[in-house]
Amino acid sequence: MKDWKPRIVGFLCNWCSYGAADLAGVSRMQYPPNVRVIRIPCSGRMSPKFILAAFMKGADGIWVSGCHPGDCHYMEGNYYARRKFALFKNLIEYMGIEPGRLHFSWISSAESTKFARVINEVTSAVKALGPRKHGIKTMPDELVKSKISMAK
Amino acid sequence: MSDYTSKIKEISERLLKEEKVEIIIGFRKGTVPMMNEPCFVKTPEDVKELVWDSNCGINLANYLTGRKEKIAIIAKGCDSRNIVTHIIENKIKREQLLIIGVPCKGMIDKNKITSMFENEIMEVSEDKENITVKGEGFEKTLNKNDVLQENCKICVHRNPVIYDELAADLIDEQKVDRYEDVRKIEAMSPEEKWSYFDDLLSPCIRCYACRNACPLCYCPTCFVDESMPQWVGKSIDPVDTRTFHLLRAYHCAGRCTDCGACERACPMGIKVRLFTKKLEKDCLELYGWQAGLSLNERPPLDTYRPDDPEDFIK
Ligand code: SF4
Ligand code: SF4
Ligand code: SF4
Repeated sequence: MKDWKPRIVGFLCNWCSYGAADLAGVSRMQYPPNVRVIRIPCSGRMSPKFILAAFMKGADGIWVSGCHPGDCHYMEGNYYARRKFALFKNLIEYMGIEPGRLHFSWISSAESTKFARVINEVTSAVKALGPRKHGIKTMPDELVKSKISMAK
Repeated sequence: MSDYTSKIKEISERLLKEEKVEIIIGFRKGTVPMMNEPCFVKTPEDVKELVWDSNCGINLANYLTGRKEKIAIIAKGCDSRNIVTHIIENKIKREQLLIIGVPCKGMIDKNKITSMFENEIMEVSEDKENITVKGEGFEKTLNKNDVLQENCKICVHRNPVIYDELAADLIDEQKVDRYEDVRKIEAMSPEEKWSYFDDLLSPCIRCYACRNACPLCYCPTCFVDESMPQWVGKSIDPVDTRTFHLLRAYHCAGRCTDCGACERACPMGIKVRLFTKKLEKDCLELYGWQAGLSLNERPPLDTYRPDDPEDFIK
């Protein structure tokens, strides 16, 4: 397990946290490479289905990041999102997902330092939990093999 | 209960005769015991079919979705709250409705009663607090309070919240702790929670009766039927089943009235309200919200306050 690397899916808002990732990059900041970033137009676009799909396909952790309250490019998308996230996080943890797998943050496009800090926090929280034990849906090996042989 | 029935008949007959409405949505006796069925009455002659007793647990708001005519609907506490929800979600217009409110004394749990007897139950009758169950070779009288539906035991809105006519005098509301079971689960470890819900859901056959019975579930294409992309598999794979239940409940967040129609409809006796109740509890604790009480307030996921709780956000 020592070499185990968590797979974390990061859903970042185009107008802020995604920009912060760029800035952190051009500023040559160091941060762990375990997050696969998906750019979304607004944290308000985040559907719980995205989170569930990522978990089902084997993500060890998920991180959603948007603009600070009051800074939404679309005025109020993150305000609505905040309520959706609160209820969703509580429900998914009520059903047995460990707290520490699902993270949320507000990071503006100027906050590259915060970006690096949060990505560190998220990665170490997920690392501390280890690989997921339940709830991953993958194709049975046989089926995968037969598909591969069919494609050949 | 017979006085409820006669009052409902009297009001319904008057409304149809005076042509105030085109149909009455109410209950008639079902073909098997403890299963009253919804019915649409269109003429004063058919009003005699209507009944009211402790087997009217189906939520009639489910039959209002998208209707165009002038309707009178019989509404117990929970139905009335789902009617309010339907009105604020533009599924029906207030002006189309004449609501015949029924102060409700709770519905009986047919699964619980059935499981108490070995032989088939042929007849169930009631007189105030006494429920008499008859079948081949047995007859037993039960106390209604012992066989109430789980949601009715903890119901705090038995009186209709909105009505034009009343089938009986309003009754006192109960003061109860609604969330004991939810708190028990919240106190478990993640591992225990996971296996608790695995066990709870293992009998599920994905028949969707729980969804179909719910007035909130009116989407033209339900997420379970979507295929491009397919968010949730259609099999009874445990991960798919869990995902279905999570999303079904989440779609009812801030809207569910805990009417119990979903749980009542489940052929496998699964306590599906455990999911919606968690959301109900959170909506109350985080946003001070109870569903279906007012026509003038937006539901919690359709609004926000700048200072909403956000201690879970970094
Ligand atoms: S939930 Fe309340 S109003 Fe609805 S049937 Fe039960 S007791 Fe009656
Ligand atoms: S989810 Fe169940 S309890 Fe809630 S409104 Fe729908 S049918 Fe009623
Ligand atoms: S009604 Fe019961 S068995 Fe059918 S899908 Fe719902 S929980 Fe599963």
